[in-house]
Amino acid sequence: MSVINLRVNGQARTVDVDPATPLLYVLTDDLALNGPKFGCGLGQCGACTVIVKGEAVRSCSTPVQAVAGAEIITLEGLGSPENLHPLQQAFIDGQALQCGFCISGVIMTAKTLLDRTPNATDTQIRQAMSNVLCRCGAHVRMLAAIKKYQQQRQDRRTA
Amino acid sequence: MTPLLTSDAQAALSRRDFVKRTGALIVAFSAARVATELGLAPESVSAQGINGVGSPQLDSWIAIGADGRVTAYTGKCELGTGLYTAQLQLVAEELSVPLDRVTLVQCDTSRTPDQGTTSGAQSHPTNFNHANLALACATAREALVELASKKLGVPTDQLTAADGAVSHRSNGSQRVGYGELIGGNRFNLQLDKNARRKPASEWKILGTSVPRVDFPAIVTGRFEYVHNVRVPGMLHGRVVRPPALGSTLVKVDDGSVQGMPGLVRVVVRKNFVGVVADKAWQAEQAARRLKVEWTAGRQVPDQRTYYQHLRSQSTTRQALTVDSGDVDKMLAGAAKVLRSTYYHPFQMHASVGTACAVADVQATRATIYSATQAVWPLRNTMATMLGLKPEDVRIAFRMGSGCYGVNGADTVSYDAALLSQAVGRPVRVWLSRQDEMAWENYGPAFVIEQRVGLDASGTIVAWDYEGWSISLGGRPGYNAPGNVVTGYLAGFQPQGVMPRAPAPPPMNFDNGSNTAPSYITGTVGNRSGGCGVVQSERALSHTIESPFFTGPLRSPARLQNTFAHECFMDEIAASLKADPVEYRVRHLRDPRLREVVTAAAQKAGWDRRPSPRNGNSTRRNGVASGRGMACVLYEGDNGYCALVADVDVNLSTGLVTVKRCVAAMDCGPISNPDGVQNQMEGGIIHGISRALREEVTWSGERVTSIDWKTYRPWFLGDQVPVIETVLINRPDAEAMGAGETTITVTAAAIGNAIFDATGVRVRQLPFTAERVKAVIDGRS
Repeated sequence: MSVINLRVNGQARTVDVDPATPLLYVLTDDLALNGPKFGCGLGQCGACTVIVKGEAVRSCSTPVQAVAGAEIITLEGLGSPENLHPLQQAFIDGQALQCGFCISGVIMTAKTLLDRTPNATDTQIRQAMSNVLCRCGAHVRMLAAIKKYQQQRQDRRTA
Repeated sequence: MTPLLTSDAQAALSRRDFVKRTGALIVAFSAARVATELGLAPESVSAQGINGVGSPQLDSWIAIGADGRVTAYTGKCELGTGLYTAQLQLVAEELSVPLDRVTLVQCDTSRTPDQGTTSGAQSHPTNFNHANLALACATAREALVELASKKLGVPTDQLTAADGAVSHRSNGSQRVGYGELIGGNRFNLQLDKNARRKPASEWKILGTSVPRVDFPAIVTGRFEYVHNVRVPGMLHGRVVRPPALGSTLVKVDDGSVQGMPGLVRVVVRKNFVGVVADKAWQAEQAARRLKVEWTAGRQVPDQRTYYQHLRSQSTTRQALTVDSGDVDKMLAGAAKVLRSTYYHPFQMHASVGTACAVADVQATRATIYSATQAVWPLRNTMATMLGLKPEDVRIAFRMGSGCYGVNGADTVSYDAALLSQAVGRPVRVWLSRQDEMAWENYGPAFVIEQRVGLDASGTIVAWDYEGWSISLGGRPGYNAPGNVVTGYLAGFQPQGVMPRAPAPPPMNFDNGSNTAPSYITGTVGNRSGGCGVVQSERALSHTIESPFFTGPLRSPARLQNTFAHECFMDEIAASLKADPVEYRVRHLRDPRLREVVTAAAQKAGWDRRPSPRNGNSTRRNGVASGRGMACVLYEGDNGYCALVADVDVNLSTGLVTVKRCVAAMDCGPISNPDGVQNQMEGGIIHGISRALREEVTWSGERVTSIDWKTYRPWFLGDQVPVIETVLINRPDAEAMGAGETTITVTAAAIGNAIFDATGVRVRQLPFTAERVKAVIDGRS
């Protein structure tokens, strides 16, 4: 066990864990966050995705020691029901999910892409989402919600 | 407002307050008594535990607080399909109260009535609670009007209920709120089967696209899934499954994990092995390191020749859905006979999250938080597993990852409970990806042979269906914990297959598995329950015992059967150079099925002509385009659907791309149009994934499709079609299912479109590029 300092959703947090523990387990069990989910533990599906230093990271296969001191954002840190992030709002507006278990992968991956590449083409968006799994088949609505958010960002910039 | 729907605290508080004022809970009754009191046939409330025994007591369903807030109790749960929101709409509508004044408590054996299983959510009308929760609300609304009549001194026929209050029809100042009328007290009434239900023409909340109330919490990570249940003092468990099918435990070397940090205990019960530790990571490490010796496994017949193996079994359980007795004679006398065989693989639920449960098992009682579809049945089997009385076991539903049927939710509930019982503390278990995929209850493989006889004019005069499928285990129900892997490992037997031949004659026409095609009359006795006109008809099914656990997977058997029927129907039309839509309609007599077929074709701009498309004009760069139609009356009586799929087929690689899907559906009155559309779209994408990619694989004694590389569904980066939907709303009809209709027809529509594009018929799923290419090249 070792003491590790983290910065999660803007707050300083300290945990005392085996440094090889996957970040997901620390977020879920030590910090009681519900956003990132265990989907496969293999980094294949995206359900555990968080943003670390602007990158979409699969927290199920990232040792917690690798992100000590880095800014970590989970779905909770993006917005709250009272103060939704525009991307979260786009998913509600489009009713773009079903069971919602995959949503960290969808939203966090799309956000990091559009933060870095605001004018991403449809092909680039699909490329970025190629290893994100939604099993309920909400694909069409999800892609539409991402496009809507992208359009809003672009409109704000040109306004 | 943050709708943390499954918040224990909120619901418990509300219920506790209510109970304090009103006395004991009323949740359990015998099925026969409920049926008698509601004037229903006993089988309607007890069939296979789907509906449960319910409750005849109004106070089991509805409580109204002094503040006028309504708490409703339902035995049907949210599985990700929108059922929670749809039920809120139902309560608000029937009780004439604003939606935001209703709290719904779902599926908790300590609080809600026994409504059995929530299966095929939004695909079975009982899940909408039209028979009981809605009846309770209507009963309550009428009771409130009676109370208001006494209080205001106004006859009931001059009163109206709206917006959570009863008021004078012509003098709005004479008004009294529900809270004032009943707040905190019991109704002490029975459900009144004559209570007036609101017809769809009066609906204000039902029938509208109310947004899902759980989405704000879900998209911000505030929602409590079962994976997020945290109980004080909770430990973490991990199971160690056998390495191969049929392996049994020889010995466990506890010493191999001795001294590992956080390890609490190694738990063994017959062939069930697991570890418990302080933290999830520690449990995972210990489970990996634990030395366990197992016997050799049992070989499964070679996958490459598995369909022949299945087809050649002679010891089977037979069932006849229909038999007019003259099929062989009619086929012998037909102008032309066509015959084809279709093959459907094992597929898996493959939920995006692995199954999880939290159990707190004490010496004399147990609480299990579970994503099961069946809290009351699970209570019984859990009691059997733990050696407790059912009344001392509480199962509380918490939503999991979308399940699409019997995924790992029940088995992991047993896992958590066995581990908790062994250590006497609460334990959470989530399965590893491999453990989930290697041991789940797969949707079964099918081989389906069909023959039709045609007369000289090309009309079908006889239809013969013979199908082979396989089964082992399934839903644990009320008494079969061995139907899923954990129960089996702990020493309980799965329900296998009792051979039975010949099949007994059918007693009535039950097409719940869509064994019979839409084009036959379905005549048993004096009643014709089918949708079609073909009078000479036979549908004979064989079931053999499976090497793997099997169970309901979204549109169980209905998808497999419809794939075979609808592709074969297309073959018949093509052999006659008939337009596939016209040829279908010609053999259908059910006007609602004809209407969805016509509506989908019209919306899709269907071009009337036979398949395949002639000439090379549409083949650009080696890509051929085609369109296909398929239709079904889901479960024989539970949702009409037709789908037109447009595909591109790359002739040099065999790659199939679905470009556009147009679906028409008639499920009676529509509770939530956008919710239905979401289900239709999801069913199509799920259906494309299953049709083009999905197949359980094995080698020797092991399943080899055990992660997202070896079992690859449709990811978000994969190409999706344009989807258009046509909803045919029938306000005055009975409610039907909507959640499993489009997926039932997707594979067939795609198969027919591949034929239209290429002129080759692929009769085996999935339509992988390799398989399609091989058929195009004439290699299979």
